[in-house]
Amino acid sequence: MVNYIWLFMIVSGVVAGAVQGELDLVTQAALKGAKEGVAVCIGLISILVFWLGMMRIAQDAGLLEKLAGLLGPLARLLFPGVPRDHPAMGYILSNMSANLFGLGNAATPMGLKAMEELQKLNPNKKTATPAMCTLLALNTSGLTLIPTTIIGIRMEYGSANPTEIIGTTLFATCCSTVAAVLLDRWFRQRSLDAG
Amino acid sequence: MFEAISFLSKIIIPALLAFIPLYAASRKIPVYESFVEGAKEGFPTAVQLIPHLVAMMVAVSIFRETGALQFYLALFKPLLAWVHFPEEVLPLGLLRPISGTGALAFAESIFRSDGPDSYLGRLASTMQGSTDTTLYVLTVYFGAVGIRRSLYAVKVGLMADLTGVIASWFIVSQIFGS
Repeated sequence: MVNYIWLFMIVSGVVAGAVQGELDLVTQAALKGAKEGVAVCIGLISILVFWLGMMRIAQDAGLLEKLAGLLGPLARLLFPGVPRDHPAMGYILSNMSANLFGLGNAATPMGLKAMEELQKLNPNKKTATPAMCTLLALNTSGLTLIPTTIIGIRMEYGSANPTEIIGTTLFATCCSTVAAVLLDRWFRQRSLDAG
Repeated sequence: MFEAISFLSKIIIPALLAFIPLYAASRKIPVYESFVEGAKEGFPTAVQLIPHLVAMMVAVSIFRETGALQFYLALFKPLLAWVHFPEEVLPLGLLRPISGTGALAFAESIFRSDGPDSYLGRLASTMQGSTDTTLYVLTVYFGAVGIRRSLYAVKVGLMADLTGVIASWFIVSQIFGS
């Protein structure tokens, strides 16, 4: 499906450029996008280096296993395919807690470590496992207690009450997270039945 | 409630930075070496993401900057008018899953034109915070471990995004009135 979305965006962009007779827009946009992509990765370097270092200390000290044991029941419900003492569980839980507290910077390295551990359990390295899909679903629905970025921007634009949207955002993000978990379950069951 | 959570968000990282190494040291872990060992993985991981992110951002950029996005938005308008969804925030709904910075820029443009405390401003804020950038998360998480076939993950992410948009619209209209 990513292939189709990708192709769709590029082809419709090129057609739109051609229709307006401004094909150079396409070239400029492509180069700008490439630059942005690299810039994001460069920005990720420091975050990844720092957090992966911290996480290694936590792992060596056995803290991740402790965390996994503490919140195990919930995680086992969401990730039935992952063995209970597997290191992936600890990373998944750190990723979920970081998201919840709005620490997006810390959430990404932990999520990537979790993916790496899940990949070790994967019999077919090019195809995602159901557990990977669940982890992705939880991350795309962006469950967070405080939407810090948008509050900051509301402040910048002189909002009388920048935090008034916390309640509505929490409601909306809970809805999208519940939807993500249920849909993930449903599609997983369907793919198991089919295959 | 907000104060408590925002306080927690502020102290959680310094607290972790003190607690993790201290706890590890008490268990005779060489903390400095352990940190460096783990940190080594950071650079290759970031570099490995470059092709994935460039591929995705090039497509998103072409789609946005050429006006193709606007064209598809126009197609949706009659449907939105029919269900009374405010068409001004539609671009945000479509941008949110594909481009984090694009969505943020659009939310800012609404704040500029209508103010952050208007109905549209509140709706845009709520929509912005309700989901994450699905395509970005997918690209980064699956790209880092070399997953090619994503099964149903994209579908689930996009359908959850749609749920977030509808839920935002519903709750903002209920709480603040339209």
